[in-house]
Amino acid sequence: MIGNFIGVLFDGIAYGALLFLISVGLSVTMGMMNFINLAHGAFAMVGGYVCVTLLSSLGLPFLATLPLAFVAAAVVGLVLERLLYRQLYKASHLDQVLFSIGLTFMAVAGATFLFGPTQQPVHLPDWLRGQVHVLGLDLGAYRLFLIGVVVLVTLGLYLLIERTRFGAQIRASVDNQTAAEGLGINVSRVFSLTFALGSGLAGLGGGLGIDVLGLDPSFPVKYMVYFLLVVAVGGAGSIKGPLIAAIILGVFDVAGKYYVPEVGAFVIYTLMVVLLILFPFGLVRRKA
Amino acid sequence: MNAYSTTAAGADTRAKTDAAVPGPDANVDAPAVGHGALRLPNDRWKALEIVFWLLPVASYFFFPDYLVLISQIMIIGLFAMSLDLILGYAGIVSLGHAAFFGLGAYTAGLLSVHGWGEPLSGLLAAAVVAAVAGFIVSFLVVRGQDLARLMVTLGIGLMLFEAANKAAFVTGGVDGLSGMVMQPLFGVFEFDLFGKTAFWYSFAVLFILFVAMRRLVNSPFGLSLRGIREGGRRMPAIGAHVDRRLVAVFTLGAAVAGIAGALLAQTTQFVGLDVLGFPRSAELLIMLVLGGTGRLYGALVGAAVFMVAQDKISGFDPTYWQFYIGLLLVLIVLFARGGILGGLEKIVARFKRSEAA
Repeated sequence: MIGNFIGVLFDGIAYGALLFLISVGLSVTMGMMNFINLAHGAFAMVGGYVCVTLLSSLGLPFLATLPLAFVAAAVVGLVLERLLYRQLYKASHLDQVLFSIGLTFMAVAGATFLFGPTQQPVHLPDWLRGQVHVLGLDLGAYRLFLIGVVVLVTLGLYLLIERTRFGAQIRASVDNQTAAEGLGINVSRVFSLTFALGSGLAGLGGGLGIDVLGLDPSFPVKYMVYFLLVVAVGGAGSIKGPLIAAIILGVFDVAGKYYVPEVGAFVIYTLMVVLLILFPFGLVRRKA
Repeated sequence: MNAYSTTAAGADTRAKTDAAVPGPDANVDAPAVGHGALRLPNDRWKALEIVFWLLPVASYFFFPDYLVLISQIMIIGLFAMSLDLILGYAGIVSLGHAAFFGLGAYTAGLLSVHGWGEPLSGLLAAAVVAAVAGFIVSFLVVRGQDLARLMVTLGIGLMLFEAANKAAFVTGGVDGLSGMVMQPLFGVFEFDLFGKTAFWYSFAVLFILFVAMRRLVNSPFGLSLRGIREGGRRMPAIGAHVDRRLVAVFTLGAAVAGIAGALLAQTTQFVGLDVLGFPRSAELLIMLVLGGTGRLYGALVGAAVFMVAQDKISGFDPTYWQFYIGLLLVLIVLFARGGILGGLEKIVARFKRSEAA
């Protein structure tokens, strides 16, 4: 029973870590530009399809496809930000919602056209399959790997944002755009690079997540709620908030589906409504 | 009684004053603005409006083969109008309005399946159920900012969808709710195979509710909603209770959506799980912005254009249809703010200006 519980907890944390990886970019861009981007899942989907295509048609090793998934999604994000997104930073939230729903629909239709409507299979290398014995517990090797990657990425993000010049520029732009501009920071460039970074992380998450979340053209719509949830509950504009929120949501979602499968999906929505009532501005409030 | 009427009159004046002194970025398409000081919008029916309402009547005689499609357009148009009330007038962005549509549809459907096939009382029951749900949800919606509102409405919609999906023993689940038996309207008019009764039934309900809503949005209450949309923080300063008004309009919007859902259920005698789905809420938003928000007619025009296009195009390939809808949305947001009616208004305004010069 206890081992069972720890197993569920472990799976939940792995799931939450993945959600965090995909959503963290959304949180930062939303906090920075106050842009409600419902199309964020589409960037994750780009990463996923890049992974699958490279694996199956070029036969690249799984680990080598992940950085490429990151790069591809980041490039797509950068181009879209430069061409389209930046025109709507000052627009109403309704416009942003409509625009990003439009992008999502186009991404779904485009993916169906290019790759067909079916689930994409992913062939993991042998060392990532099966179980690993840690301290007398059987843990999924892939989930362990997932948590490891997310820990590394989070550390990297932390160092980038807290310890580098670019990170300081990001923080300044989130806190106060006008003052940041006054200090000579090229806020528009910071926006573009941050957006690209966030999209890239989503792409990486999409590639890593094929085995856990699956990959088919409806991906951006299916998981839209989860990504938004992480940001809305965690609080836009921070890293800590979404991390906590993603772990909570991941654990509760997995536990709900495992222990009470009849009402599985309700657990997460109920949790969301409760959390949003308790913390209307998110768990961690970045902006003053 | 006397004291009450004085306060009511006072509230009216305040609402009027607010409309007459728009901020720098006030919505120019609000009819109140052009009409000068301290007056409610001109409530008289224009000739164009009368022509507009004769169109569906004419279509009954000219397109007898398309009665089912036209009825559905009118029903979805009513649904879109209910969203316009809360989005176009009060400025609440909702991604889960289908929740109330679906509640209405299932209420009417379940009543009929369990032997209560009288249509009008079914409509009323659906309106009450949807209004109660809307009233409860409205407190969550009023609390938050745009993002929280979006999440709450989206979450409620998905929750209801899951509930209907899981409670298959009541709702029929993915197979849908069938076996509805409708009694004749007023005990006289049978629902026929060609959809003639359904057509007139939908038309009458749509028209009556339209007249009521048109009156509502041109009332002081409607003006105060626009005030909240344009500057919610300033409204308390002129004595408007913002939260209470938003609760009222959200409840009303939910009730109308419930009636639309019930109409669809009664006229098609079937309720599918898709009445609650996210695509329905998203498509509804698309129709509304396609036609133009904040003017009621936009909802009807948008629904008509969208559904005719869907009928024609999605026959070829549903995937392409979704792609074009996405593209259309992006283009509307980037280049054609105000939708079809907003664009027409701009053209008319330019024409008038050049005529005057």
